[in-house]
Amino acid sequence: MKIQLIRICHGRSGDKGDTANIGLIARRSEYYPLIRKYVTAERVKAHFQSIVGGSVERFELPNLGALNFLLHNALGGGGTKSLRNDAQGKTLAAALLRMEIDVEEKIDLPPQ
Amino acid sequence: MKENIRIASGQGFWGDLLTAPRDQVTRGPVDYLVMDYLAEVTMSILQKQKRKDPNLGYARDLVPLMGELLPILLERKVKVITNGGGVNPEACADAILRVARQLGVRKLRIGLVVGDNILDSIDKLRAQGFDLKNMETGEPLDAIRDRLESTNVYFGAGPIVEALRRGADIVVTGRTTDTGLTLAPMMFEFDWPPDAWDKLATGTVAGHILECGAQASGGNFSADWTSVPDLAHVGFPIAEAYPNGEVVITKHEGTGGLVSQATVKEQLVYEIGDPAMYITPDCIADFTTIQLQDAGPNRVLLRGVRGKPATEFYKVSMSYAEGFTAVGTLTYSWPEALEKAKAADTIIRQRLTDLGLSFDEIHTEFLGYNSSHGPLAPPLVDPNEVVLRVGVRSNDRSAVERFGREIAPLILTGPPSVTGFAGGRPKPSEVISFWPALLPKRAVEPQIVIKEL
Repeated sequence: MKIQLIRICHGRSGDKGDTANIGLIARRSEYYPLIRKYVTAERVKAHFQSIVGGSVERFELPNLGALNFLLHNALGGGGTKSLRNDAQGKTLAAALLRMEIDVEEKIDLPPQ
Repeated sequence: MKENIRIASGQGFWGDLLTAPRDQVTRGPVDYLVMDYLAEVTMSILQKQKRKDPNLGYARDLVPLMGELLPILLERKVKVITNGGGVNPEACADAILRVARQLGVRKLRIGLVVGDNILDSIDKLRAQGFDLKNMETGEPLDAIRDRLESTNVYFGAGPIVEALRRGADIVVTGRTTDTGLTLAPMMFEFDWPPDAWDKLATGTVAGHILECGAQASGGNFSADWTSVPDLAHVGFPIAEAYPNGEVVITKHEGTGGLVSQATVKEQLVYEIGDPAMYITPDCIADFTTIQLQDAGPNRVLLRGVRGKPATEFYKVSMSYAEGFTAVGTLTYSWPEALEKAKAADTIIRQRLTDLGLSFDEIHTEFLGYNSSHGPLAPPLVDPNEVVLRVGVRSNDRSAVERFGREIAPLILTGPPSVTGFAGGRPKPSEVISFWPALLPKRAVEPQIVIKEL
């Protein structure tokens, strides 16, 4: 079953220099094992391939049902150097929520 | 010892909601008002202001705000902790004392935390063997030594605790970590020793939750933004701290916004790196140990946080000038709005080439289409309007200035149905870059200065 992440997650993103961070949070604790399994650093790097110049790192926060991603060389230089409208990557969490994952498990989705 | 203390976030950044600090001290009980004014880029702006006028270099909004709030703060015994002193805490304190005198205040003690500004001692420190190389790239400081605009050490909660011990009603600091502002009153009131790592980590996490103001209490909330009531009157977050190291995140009753596990989680994951290693001058907090629990309407209990000993180093943030940018925008309307905007972009790039101008980067985006998610944006079908946004960057100021003169001509020499050139010619603005470095704690000593009426 294909699921767009926005159905099962929320998140927030920000910057540290030219590195963007995206915190991806499962809307229910039962969704955390799914995002842990399917939203890998490789998948996220592929999703953002045209935006992120460097590597993607992933960290796990099972206690919050969340994953934290660091996207390196992702903000056009960052800070006052970046020429982007979104120089601080504030909308990148929403961009990740666009991503679709194809899950084998049967899951109970929240109402749309 | 008090049963608990309530620490209120009054500003999440310089320019935040002006009514928030007053609401925090009038709409319910609080003991401390903490206000974070300093972003990295702010330090270089303040340093420039101080160079022009030695009496400036601090968050000027703080002075009229104190003028408005001082009588209430003193009456209700609410203490203020802020890093709004910027690169000139002394001048900031003098300005606050002037306002206090005008108000007829008889007794006021301001504690200053200084010593973070090492711009004048950089060469001395390097001669002593502290190389201040870039902690990310390893490059030696020589690369940018001549272009340094500001250099500040991030102090933690320790010096603020000392200022509170010396009876300060208001603590004004230079560069202090955002989290230290919130942790300090807990250490002071509950006598937490500087090696109570788990408690310090809890206070640090509470500081991280408070440091961006209403982002923890319903603002910028992505899970279900339409469910947040009355954002017009959003209540800023409050940390209700207990001596045993537990903290309840809440907001005043009757205010708008929302405090829930979801709003707190979104702030917890904001601008963090390795969650197990959240490093401050006070401790290393492990965010993977945070336990959240519902504790009533708009109340979330924070507990279980584990901390590790602080490192031997302070982080130093140095800013330096690195060229210029300018950005121009024009609005194109239906029909074929996007095609017209793209054609205009091609034309301006050709003209810049013909002029022989070179830029480190020319970047084009189309607002209403792809400026947020870049190539991830789905195709745009027959939009009513699109805003062309072109930006350039160069070390050559005159090239950037010349670019600014190429936007307006497009109105009469490019594609039709174009508007939106009311703001005037785009002007070059200076690029400020940052050089992060580490400095052993023994190399600098925070100092407390008391100024009072």
